[in-house]
Amino acid sequence: MNGADTVFVLLSAALVMLMTPALAFFYGGIVRKKNILSLLMQCFIIFCLISIQWIVFGYSLSFAPSSGFWGGLKWLGLIGVGVKPCADYAGTIPHQAFMIFQSMFAVITPALIIGAFAERIKFSAFLFFTLLWATFVYDPLCHWVWGTGGWLKELGVLDFAGGIVVHTTAGVAALAAAILMGKRKRIDSYVPAPHNLPFVVLGAGLLWFGWFGFNAGSALAVNGIAVNAFITTNTAAAAAGLSWALLEWIRNGKPTVFGIVTGSVAGLATITPASGFVSPLSAIVIGILASVLCFIAVALIKPRFGYDDSLDVFGVHAVGGMLGTLATGLFASKLINAAGADGLFFGNPKQFLIQLIGVAVAALYAFLVTVIIYKLVDIFVGMRVSEKDEFIGLDLSQHRERAYTVIE
Amino acid sequence: MKLIVAIIQPHRLEEVKTELYKADVNLITVSEVLGHGRQKGVTEVYRGAKETGNLIRKIRLEIAVNENFVEPTIKAIVKGAKTGETGDGKIFVVDLKECVRIRTEERGGVAIG
Repeated sequence: MNGADTVFVLLSAALVMLMTPALAFFYGGIVRKKNILSLLMQCFIIFCLISIQWIVFGYSLSFAPSSGFWGGLKWLGLIGVGVKPCADYAGTIPHQAFMIFQSMFAVITPALIIGAFAERIKFSAFLFFTLLWATFVYDPLCHWVWGTGGWLKELGVLDFAGGIVVHTTAGVAALAAAILMGKRKRIDSYVPAPHNLPFVVLGAGLLWFGWFGFNAGSALAVNGIAVNAFITTNTAAAAAGLSWALLEWIRNGKPTVFGIVTGSVAGLATITPASGFVSPLSAIVIGILASVLCFIAVALIKPRFGYDDSLDVFGVHAVGGMLGTLATGLFASKLINAAGADGLFFGNPKQFLIQLIGVAVAALYAFLVTVIIYKLVDIFVGMRVSEKDEFIGLDLSQHRERAYTVIE
Repeated sequence: MKLIVAIIQPHRLEEVKTELYKADVNLITVSEVLGHGRQKGVTEVYRGAKETGNLIRKIRLEIAVNENFVEPTIKAIVKGAKTGETGDGKIFVVDLKECVRIRTEERGGVAIG
């Protein structure tokens, strides 16, 4: 057991924890001011709900050794998950430290999805949807890619910190949910402007900060791979933010604040699966690719197809996560991480194919099961609020509070 | 000259603006206000403390027009703002004594449009 590694992983867990409230402000600033509390509330209650789910059965379903659909049941309620290291996952830190680090990932993944149905989801339905989604989409996929005996892991799929497990699954689920839920009322004639861009910038900045825990922490030890992941994370976010601003400058005449922060988050999502396997120079290329592709998804593809993924979860996280996972198959190098693999550009074209299979399986599975969960909850509870509640705003209609007063 | 003051639902503002543009009324002032009529307000709860009868967010429009624009303006506001439910709002029409365009110091009807 190594004290430095344990401290590092616990602090990384705390950094990733910060990302969920950061996401709440990132999302909350984009919506209209009658709905900001609903976004903050959804992020906060996901934190409470999934933290409990994870301890009771989520961790076992995700990480207990098994070659089946889920992990085994032997770690239910954390029985057998003690302070002794678990060599399968991290040999130098208490098993429980790994467990709590992973809980933060399980929390933020469903939280990413809420951007898709923002401003129109019924709160009670949202709770059922989230619990079912975490259990039937996140837990199995997490097991397949990261768990001992998981079939995608056995296949050799590389996902350093969650390009597949977190961003692809959440982004694709967001697309499914946005299509099924339909558009917000009356947004054909005008797109509502973000009500508080400074909150969006605050959220994005804190996300970037937390992402060091997300990616570098995924090395699970204080070593060169952690340092590499730290650097590639920062580099890709910088390259993506810069190139998004340039894209806007060329295409729309002015670079925007909203644009540069969206680009940075796209870069962060995209480098996630690759961060521990690629060099800083590759991270620049990956960051630029992230901006270009996510920009196309958000500015061109979404308007063409007309789905109302209100806060661009699909365009940023699914596109970024899938791109990053494929880019890992191109740019990965054993010189960076001996436990990884070489990618196409380092003489191993097979790795690209493996990455492609991983992404395709995750995207298809997440889409289909999200549709089933959505339909089930819709039948029993109803996913969407009434038109009147939507006009009043979710803050008042779902929580009987409002974020801002007009007088005093 | 008349000053038309309308109190409408916030979510109907876009429609009302569209209808006003269609009626060739382009000069409006918009502000966010609080109030309630027959709706008796909304209930809010803070840490368990219930507050009933709270004021509801509304939008106030102010439009100064010449006589021949009064009816078209009223029709446009009604068309844009009417949902048929309590809370749709009110339109007040008031006589307007004078209007001065600050830039040119023009007065009266020519200064309005």
